[in-house]
Amino acid sequence: MYNKGKIITGLVIFVVLFASPFLYGLVKSGPPPEPELTPKAKEAKQCVEAKEFMVESHMQMLNDWRDQAIREGNRVYAARDGREYTVSLQNTCMDCHSNKSKFCDQCHNYAGVSPYCWECHIEPKEN
Amino acid sequence: MMERSRRSFLKTLGISTLGIGALSSVDLLAKVGLGEPGYTTDPKTLTGKRWAIVVEVSKLDEETTQKAIAACNLAHNVPEYADPEEEIKWIWTDKYEHAFPGQEYDYIAEEIEEKPFLLLCNHCSNPPCVRVCPTKATWQRGDGIVMMDQHRCIGCRYCMAGCPFGARSFNWKDPKTTYWKEQEPPNPRYPVRSKGVVEKCNLCAERLAVGQIPACVEAVQDTKAILFGDLENPESEVREILQSHFAIRRKAELGTSPNVYYIV
Repeated sequence: MYNKGKIITGLVIFVVLFASPFLYGLVKSGPPPEPELTPKAKEAKQCVEAKEFMVESHMQMLNDWRDQAIREGNRVYAARDGREYTVSLQNTCMDCHSNKSKFCDQCHNYAGVSPYCWECHIEPKEN
Repeated sequence: MMERSRRSFLKTLGISTLGIGALSSVDLLAKVGLGEPGYTTDPKTLTGKRWAIVVEVSKLDEETTQKAIAACNLAHNVPEYADPEEEIKWIWTDKYEHAFPGQEYDYIAEEIEEKPFLLLCNHCSNPPCVRVCPTKATWQRGDGIVMMDQHRCIGCRYCMAGCPFGARSFNWKDPKTTYWKEQEPPNPRYPVRSKGVVEKCNLCAERLAVGQIPACVEAVQDTKAILFGDLENPESEVREILQSHFAIRRKAELGTSPNVYYIV
């Protein structure tokens, strides 16, 4: 192989340069933040559904809640374990999770998502 | 290969079909057993087939009218912008000649001419706003309410052009960062709106869902000036009063079939 040294050096530089934004992101952002639970949420032990489900699918569920409440007029949610909840982000979710900045925003900022919920919905006052 | 009789072939076919059918129902049963989440309505929900409002104009004085408007603005966090170009109207007042154009005449009783008529979305049976909405952000519910889904509104304002009653308002500014910055939204249990969406009276769909009558009707309940009920129910209060009184509707000649009646 001709110019072995140059080619390999060039390749290494290319790979490092190409990966640098990702590496920088990894270093800068650090480990993902843990959502903080309010005493009320802790006491309840369980959310509307199991924790794993909520972590993975809360966004899908909120979309379903929105469509069911507004479009279908179904404002009561019967969870998998049979308990019933009022379908409302502002009045049900935020009743327990009244610490929006530590419960919602931290992770959303970390993940770089900006859901538009709070353009209209009123978040609870945080002290 | 052994020759199969038609009989045995059909038998096998039949049994296989049954088997496949049974498998899918087992799947379905398993899901039910796991307890799939479900959505229902509150048993207290007020249900009807064609909600209507009857306004008894003679019973509405200035003060009662303002009381009804205030109750609605409070319940729905409606900002009260001073500039008429920015105004947001769910329920508002206007003069007779503007509310009922074509039905005015010379020498009309002064009392009627000057009276502020209480106006709101007519929740038309044939709503033009619904027909023109390109995203189905506004639609008609089974109970007749012309509902609005602000999540889906793209702010094109076709509905505002379509509505002959001026019942729809556009958010030119973000109410949350302008109007509600200086003061708290009065009802923390109801959302506000964002910049660029249209809004209007929802006949208190959120209140009906928990068994309460619309806020404006409740606010003046003692005067019985505004009545709310189901037109398809012959026993309802609105049907009774329409039986015994003559009522007019706004621009009925346009064929939108408004469901707000005025007994003048």
